[in-house]
Amino acid sequence: MSGLQARGVIRSYGPTPALRDVSLDVAEGEIVAVTGPSGCGKSTLLHCLAGILRPDKGEVHWRGERIDTWPEAARSRLRRTEFGVLFQFGQLVAELTAVENVALPLLLAGTGRREAGQAACEWLDRFGVADLADVRPGAMSGGQQQRCAMARALITGPRVIFADEPTGALDTLSGEEVLTQLVRFAREQGTTIVLVTHEPRIAAYADREVMLRDGVVDPTGLGLDEPLVPVPAAGPGAGPR
Amino acid sequence: MPHVLLGLLAAGNRHGYELKRAHDSRLPRAKPLAFGQVYATLGRLQRDGLVVTTGQEREAGPDRTAYALTDQGRAALAGWLAAVEPPMPYVTSTLFTKVAVALLVADLNAARSYLIAQARAHTDRLRELTAVKTAPSTTLDDVVAVDYAVAHLDADLRWLRTTLARVADWHREVHS
Repeated sequence: MSGLQARGVIRSYGPTPALRDVSLDVAEGEIVAVTGPSGCGKSTLLHCLAGILRPDKGEVHWRGERIDTWPEAARSRLRRTEFGVLFQFGQLVAELTAVENVALPLLLAGTGRREAGQAACEWLDRFGVADLADVRPGAMSGGQQQRCAMARALITGPRVIFADEPTGALDTLSGEEVLTQLVRFAREQGTTIVLVTHEPRIAAYADREVMLRDGVVDPTGLGLDEPLVPVPAAGPGAGPR
Repeated sequence: MPHVLLGLLAAGNRHGYELKRAHDSRLPRAKPLAFGQVYATLGRLQRDGLVVTTGQEREAGPDRTAYALTDQGRAALAGWLAAVEPPMPYVTSTLFTKVAVALLVADLNAARSYLIAQARAHTDRLRELTAVKTAPSTTLDDVVAVDYAVAHLDADLRWLRTTLARVADWHREVHS
């Protein structure tokens, strides 16, 4: 079985349930947005899928292997190789320059310093921030930091990018530019993206949207309180105006 | 439309078919202009003294009349560009009207069904237009046009979702 699957995932923080039985299939190369209001469990689901958190119950599979039972070291290795993670705030290492930050995953994987540095420069260039190579995060704008974080997440050639509100801290234009670059890159390389967002405008970058509500998948996709009545199919020419 | 033609003529004299082509490339996501519409509008602009014809060329093809902006046309264009559009003077929208009428003449479920179907159609269109932005060959003309549509669809979607949450109370108020 290929791709990424969650099967009946349950996860609580102490007595507070965050996920109450979530199942989800993400095909390889697919871009899926996980949406929903604050506190619906979308970030927890992303953390479980990426192997950062372990579910209390349920299973997570990647390319046919159950990964949630792997020891932390093995899941951590997976996140350095096949998975890339991008958070709302770039979470760059403050003491390191842009090029050092971006090279870090390669250095951890045992790549030589010169080769890693060269690759990092190429990735910074690809995202239009080559001139910031020797700058530390503190002297960069939010958008510049996020471009560096994106380069760092992609430098190992991951098969899945987990992006948790990656534009949440950016102004509209920077956010659009960062996402456009990320999606273009993913489409070129056939990379899968799991994108957590609460904004419909950002979710529209995905191929499809999965809405969570109170820790379960909302089958209406609209956050409705009452059960849904059947909706007649839209007739010809019934598109939005 | 008349002001768009005046704007396109500000860059230099043009034939009707050149105006149509320039319109469709500058406003790539607008409904393409019909030739008949271009010539009818040019006729009215000429009658009002805002454009004049600058003679006909007869090359290999049929007669082609070029048009030029007059001083009066230039002033009309400047006036239009400087005038601020009234920001939503009336709340009129087919979406809004349809929900209000549905609540009057139909039941709550009909209004909800409409809101849901419309929200889905909006979401699909939002995704379709966003894909235009991430396509490798996209031009800035396209991106700016799509940005405009995306912002409006996004605003409509927020309204549709909020109204879905309020529609039961609204129905009660209408029928109390």
